[in-house]
Order: sequence, then structure tokens, then C-alpha cells
Amino acid sequence: MNQVKTKNNMEVPATDEVRSFILSILTENKSGLLNAVTIIFTRRKINIESINVSETEVEGVSRYTIVINTTRELAEKVVKRIRKLIDVFWAFVYENEEIFYQEIALYKVPTNVFLHGDNTEHLVRNNGARILVIEEDYIIIEKTGHQHETRDLLEKLKPYGVLEFVRSGRIAMSKSTRRTDTFLQELHNHQQ
Amino acid sequence: MEALVKESKTSVSKKVMTGAEAVICSLLEEDVDTIFGYPGGAIMPIYDALYQYQDQINHVLVRHEQGATHAAQGYARVVSNKVGVVFATSGPGATNLITGIADAQIDSTPLVCITGQVPSALLGTDAFQETDVIGISMPVTKWNHQVSDAREIPEVLAKAFYIAKSGRPGPVLIDITKDAQFASLEFEYKKCQNIRTYHPRPVLNKERLKEAADLINKAQQPFLLLGQGVLLSHAQDTLRKFIEKADIPTAWTILGLSALDHDHPLNVGMLGMHGNYAPNVLTNECDLLIAVGMRFDDRVTGDLSRYATQAKVIHIEIDPSEIDKNVKTDVAVVADANEALEALIPLVKKAKHQEWRQKFADLHKIEEEKIIKKDLYPHEQGIKMGEVVRRISEQTKGEAIVVTDVGQHQMSSARYYNFKKSHSNVTSGGLGTMGFALPAAMGAKIGCPHREVVAIIGDGGFQMTLQELGTIYQYDIPVKVVILNNGFLGMVRQWQQLFFEKRYSFTEMKNPEFTTIARGFSIESEKITSRDQLDDAISAMLEHPGAYLLDVVVEKEENVFPMVPSGAAVSEIRME
Repeated sequence: MNQVKTKNNMEVPATDEVRSFILSILTENKSGLLNAVTIIFTRRKINIESINVSETEVEGVSRYTIVINTTRELAEKVVKRIRKLIDVFWAFVYENEEIFYQEIALYKVPTNVFLHGDNTEHLVRNNGARILVIEEDYIIIEKTGHQHETRDLLEKLKPYGVLEFVRSGRIAMSKSTRRTDTFLQELHNHQQ
Repeated sequence: MEALVKESKTSVSKKVMTGAEAVICSLLEEDVDTIFGYPGGAIMPIYDALYQYQDQINHVLVRHEQGATHAAQGYARVVSNKVGVVFATSGPGATNLITGIADAQIDSTPLVCITGQVPSALLGTDAFQETDVIGISMPVTKWNHQVSDAREIPEVLAKAFYIAKSGRPGPVLIDITKDAQFASLEFEYKKCQNIRTYHPRPVLNKERLKEAADLINKAQQPFLLLGQGVLLSHAQDTLRKFIEKADIPTAWTILGLSALDHDHPLNVGMLGMHGNYAPNVLTNECDLLIAVGMRFDDRVTGDLSRYATQAKVIHIEIDPSEIDKNVKTDVAVVADANEALEALIPLVKKAKHQEWRQKFADLHKIEEEKIIKKDLYPHEQGIKMGEVVRRISEQTKGEAIVVTDVGQHQMSSARYYNFKKSHSNVTSGGLGTMGFALPAAMGAKIGCPHREVVAIIGDGGFQMTLQELGTIYQYDIPVKVVILNNGFLGMVRQWQQLFFEKRYSFTEMKNPEFTTIARGFSIESEKITSRDQLDDAISAMLEHPGAYLLDVVVEKEENVFPMVPSGAAVSEIRME
């Protein structure tokens, strides 16, 4: 890893190294806002690796979780731009180790190969996956985990004939114990 | 008049009215006195409502919607705390606004643009004159919103005005479907004071201020760069007191021009590509750079990797996204410029930087000899742009509002008009929009009818929006229009000469007789071709009570110097 020394001699990754960042954005639940957020990435030619929008525990407040591969410097510039959007409360930028995150994957495989082989059920259990539905023609397996884990299971299932694979956008939670509404209130008080 | 307006305000409170009438009443509540607009199918109900309020609000019918945005920009730039208001219809009316909106966004100009939209039942069906103006304008507006429920109108418009003018100002677009204009609502207006996701006024950080003052007090060679933020926060007097106390030479970006009196001893001139010699060279020698309300545009910095690397940097700026965007700062003060400077004055020590200031004076002498004298007192036969601008400056005593377009004439105007009053320079800085000046000058004159407004425009830019002569004629707007006519797209030609081996690819123009065009609009005009006509022509123009067009045929292949070629460091500024 490309390292540089800061003023106080701590070793941190160089700001020009491209790596994965997770942006977590608290917004009003407003139509059209998704477009306003994504065009900020378009302008800087940053590809969105995954995106998830959901409600939060605070009514009317949505959380966007966006994964991008870029440099620290660009990630911060983009986050500042997002904070400028009128309907955005705040945007955070995290690196993978600073946050808990998961993705969910679904795998569709033919029922017959599953019933005749004894390896497959083993595979499901050993990989922390579960069977979501069993239909006459196919079975859907569900697995939650990091991208390399869900991809790993995909590779293992491929010999049995995967009919379809889909993975959700990443969702993430910070390591803080602060409640979202408390944070929004603090933000409001600080900037008044 | 005031009583009349107030009376009507109370009478409209809680009145049942159409969405269209609510738009007009909302504008009255925001003290809007002028709208620049152009009617069409989807905005007809609003125009119909406007008909009965003509005695309370002034509408200027422009000749093209782009002209409406530029006029509103000109108006907003010169009138304190006012927002420029624009009306346009859906489809092409709305798309024609985009250039002006983008210009207002990059130059932080407060606008509220209201567009009509097809009825909500037809949205998304490719109806006649339907366009997704919300989608199109999203990247170039500070905020936009579509209204399809009439009851939303007062609240949304209150929000629009609040967003447009608070914090770092910018354009807002409100798109209103035709059915919402027809539907009725109970009108009650409350001005917007607060939006929970938006905090335009940052809290001043005392720690950062102390750190900034510390750097200023230690600096031997401090240098201040001022931008439009100084004008937007009305910090021009505070800034003057600040630089006088700490004895700091001060240069300006083109949008900061006129914030500091041209003759102030600490005014060392313009920054950037066609700025003055001393401030560009000494950017790379100062030990402290204090940037106030500016954004380190690439035309200001040249090669960033060789920009003021020896200096500590203080950045005073209201928009946090500008901090460290281009130039890394040592101390960032996220604040309104006036507030920050007022708080800094007591923290900085009285200082004298005589030797440092002398460096500016010495370099200025070189520029004076090599460039300025040749521009102002040329020996060649052809008229030079600089001398025309300086004569206008002298005859208007530096007190006019000067509106410029984009290109060589713009740079000459910034260099040679000696501004005495703040908020007097109106130009398209960030976007570089040709065609900006003529409509912007109209708007400025309407906003400041008692001030002289002189538009200085190139022959190329003039032909991009010259249809606005029709507006000037209809409303008898007494603007003075000076065309610096070289029959070329001069700045592009200059680059072709310097960087493309004189391959003049499509930059020469066969121009019409501009005085004949002016005559068609009943606008007085004169064309001059020689230096000895200049003084008389300018005074005839200024003495004429109405609008006037002066076509000055200037040297065909004049170049604007100094120049920081693109990719060069500011200290590599070329004198020829």
C-alpha cells in the first residue's frame, strides 16, 4: 500500500490512492433528489459501484448508502458537494474498516441438480447461506455478507448451473451510538 | 405608492385565488418590482393574472428568454439584496433559460426563474412544448422544484427566494404545471426563515480566526485576493479598513472588481490570465495569501502545482465546498466575508510592509512601460481597446456601471476602467457567456435608473443577443452600448496567433453596419474609425438622454497582454 507520513508521523494511505469509500447521506425523502445526488458523481466521472436508498428510524428522513472507488481527496470533494444540496442534511465518507456493512445476494439454481447431489446442501450450510424458496424447477438461495463472500459462493455454485444471480447495494451502519435524530438536532443547533 | 402596496397585501391575505394569482401575490410579498419574461402557452394563466397587477409590478418583455436571464442577472448584481426574477413558458422557453441560469450559478447570482409546464396529466407524454426542465436545470441550479398542486405555491416561492439570496447566492427554478396555475387555493404568505436541511450562515469559528490573525501578524509579505464574496456580503468598507490596518497589498478577481477603489494605494490590480504583472508574479513570492470570497478559478491560478507553493494560505469563504477544492489551505475560515473581516480587524496588528509594497510598485512600472503606455497612448494608426475604455472611464469619472461581455474587450475593460464605486462591474466571469452584456446592461439600468450604465461589447458577442435592442427600444432604456469592433472573435484569434501558428480558423466576421441596425430600432448611433473622433463620440453618447450605440472600429489584430498562457505558472506571465 502506498503510504505517506503526516506531520505527526502517523502512517496513512496516500490521498492519491484509489480505493473503496462508502458515502452515507441523510436526506429529506424527496422525489428527484436521487438524480441531484448522482449527477455530482457523473460530473467527476466517478462510477457508482452500488447505491441503496432506504427510510431511517426518523420519519421522513432517508439514508443513501453509496459505494465508489476513488481517491480520498476526490471522495471528500464529492461529499462536500453533496452536503451543498438543499435537501441533504449531512453526508459522511467512510472507509471499509470504519463502518459495519453488509450486502445480500440471491442465487437461483435448478432444483434437480440440487436434489440429486449431496454437496450442494452442504455448500449452502457451510457458507452461512439459507434456502429461501424451493419451487418445482428451481431453488433460491439467500446469503448476506461482504462482496467477496457472496462472490465466493457464486463461484462454488456455478458448476451446478446458476440460473440467475443478483446482489443488493451495500447498506452500512456507523460505529457510533448516537441516534440519527440526536445527530440531526445537534447539526441544526450547531449551524443555527 | 408604498401605502398602496401594503394595503393590497393585507387585502390578499387568506383570499381565495388561483395558483396563477398566488404566484404574482407571492412576488409582491417578496417586494419584487421587476420581472423579465416572455409568455407562451403553459404560462398564460400567470400572465393573465399579471395583467391586473401591472400597476404594482413591472414586467419587461424581452426578445429571447436568454435575454431575460441575463437582464435579471444584471439587475441582481447592482441592486442590493434583490433577486432577479424571470418568467418563461415550458419547452423551448424553459430551455432558452439554461445558459443564463448556468451563468448565474457559476457567478453566484440570485435568480428565481418561474417556468410554466404542461398540465400534470400530460407530464411524461411528450406533450406539445413539454420538456423535463427540472432534469435539465438540476446541475445548474442551487435548487429547483416542480409544483403540480396550487396549494404549494406560496410556500415553495417563499423557499425559492430564501434559497436564492441566502448563503452563497444562486439561481432557483420553479416549474409550475398549467393545472396548478388554474386551480384555486387559500392564499396566505409566510416568508421563509429556515429550512431544516439548509444552513446558509456558518457559525464563525473563533479558533480559526485566531490562527488566521496569527499568520497575518507574523507575515512579512502578506497578499490579499478579493473575489465577489466581498461584494455579495457588502464587505467593501470592512475590507478596506482591514487591509489599511495590516498594510496588505490587495488584488482582485474579475468578479471582485470595483470592491476596492481603483486609486486606493493598496489596490495592486487584477489577478490571473490577463491580470496585472505585479500581482501575478508576486503571488509566487508572498509568504501569506489571504483569499476572501473567491474560489481560485483556473483562470486565476494558472498551473496549480506551481501556484503560491511557498506561501501559507488563509481562505475566507462562505461555501465549505470551495475549501481545499483547488488550493490547499492552512487556515480555512468558513464564514460570511464581512463577518469574518470585522472579527479579524481587532485581532490583527497595525503593520507596515513598505519594502514588500515597493516590489509591487516596481513591477507595475515595468508593465506601465511595456504594455499600459502602448495600450493607452499608442503610436499605431488603429484605435486600441484600452484607450477607448480609459476615455470612457475618464468621461464618466469612474462612476458608471460597466457591463461587459466575454473576450478581449472584457479584459481591456477590467484593466482600464478606473472604478470608483462598488457593485459597478457586471460581467460573465465563470461561464464566459458571449451575448451576456447587452441584456445584462438593460437589467442593470432598470435596477439603477439613476446611474450611467455603459455596456462594452465585442462585435461577436453583440450579435449573439442584439435582438434585445427591441426591448431597449420598447421600454426606452437609456443604456449606452459601445461595440469594440475588430471584425474578429478577437480572443480566439489571439490564441490562434499565439498557440495555433496563426491558423485563423473561422474567427473572422463579415459584420453588418451596426448603426443601420440601431436605426431600425430608433436608437441613436455613431460609427467612428479614427482616434481623433473618440472623445467627441463618447461625450455625444453620454450626453444623449436615451439609448445610444457607438460602433468603434478598433485595430484588427490587437492582442491583450500580459498573459499567463494556459498551463503556465502565474509567475511565467508573458508581456508579449
